[in-house]
Amino acid sequence: MTRILPPGTEAPDFALNVTPDQKISLRELRGRPVILAFYPADWSPVCGDQMAVYNEILPEFQKHNAELMGISVDGAWCHAAFAKGRHLHFPLLADFEPKGEVSKRYGAYRDKEGFAERALFVIDKDGKIFWSYCSPIGVNPGAEGILQALEDLHSTGIARSA
Amino acid sequence: MAMLRVSITADDHIQGSEDAATTLVEYGDYECPHCGAAHHVVKQLQRHYGKGLRFVFRNFPLAQIHAQAEAAAEAAEFAGANDKFWEMHDGIYENQQRLGITLLLELAGRIGLAGDDLRKSLESHEYAAKVRQDFLGGVRSGVNGTPAFFINGLRHDGAYDFEILKAAIEGQLLQMKAAG
Repeated sequence: MTRILPPGTEAPDFALNVTPDQKISLRELRGRPVILAFYPADWSPVCGDQMAVYNEILPEFQKHNAELMGISVDGAWCHAAFAKGRHLHFPLLADFEPKGEVSKRYGAYRDKEGFAERALFVIDKDGKIFWSYCSPIGVNPGAEGILQALEDLHSTGIARSA
Repeated sequence: MAMLRVSITADDHIQGSEDAATTLVEYGDYECPHCGAAHHVVKQLQRHYGKGLRFVFRNFPLAQIHAQAEAAAEAAEFAGANDKFWEMHDGIYENQQRLGITLLLELAGRIGLAGDDLRKSLESHEYAAKVRQDFLGGVRSGVNGTPAFFINGLRHDGAYDFEILKAAIEGQLLQMKAAG
């Protein structure tokens, strides 16, 4: 049983392919909240799956100036086809080589199956984990926890600067 | 366990009485084939429980994967504003394979609504805000895909064929009885 990184932890930096020829690093996104959604695999056979729901909620995430990124062990070409097929409007990162390395560093890797947990992280503008949640693998966690965390992050920020 | 966080109001589309022992809320998408299958299950449950069941339908269109879902939801809301919500709702699900603007206009005509008015309503996205409000309320209640059912406010996780939903409803009724 893996243990995902808890709130208060510095979010491990990484640089992963977001397209076959382009990488993105967590550090580049400093200054705004980042949502990392680890998930087992592209092409899950249900309609209205986790990524499809997030896709519809993007405007709500954007209200918080937050950047959403999906991460799985699928390769960049697979992600590209998946994003195109599902009309996804947010980046999917390929934790492909070495396989699952970033998932492992976040405590969100299932060794036995060889793919990521359904683990969610909300990272604050300074790169620290503000909220994290690991859903049972068969249960789509939805977006409620993320939205609540972004709201809490926002009100904490206001309290801090006041 | 996820709970329904948006209470049922007069703005909802409701079949059955407030006094019913069971309230079933569905968040659905008109283009989703699983919702199409669930539509028949709901009808079956309504026949089985009669006055004992109140049913509420709310919109949860996954518009990025279902190109017709948003227009269908807005068309149902348009019909609802003219007291014909369920006629449109049933019409769409019963003809789901043909879903598109032609079907929506045809259904409008069949239930006595002016096709031109529907077309204008869809073009101006008259009911988009209502549909989005349903959607976001669903997200806050933990809706994570379609169809999503809530039985007396509690999210039903798992399959949704007739026997399974019936068993879940019976389970709730027993719990309520035990709680007195």
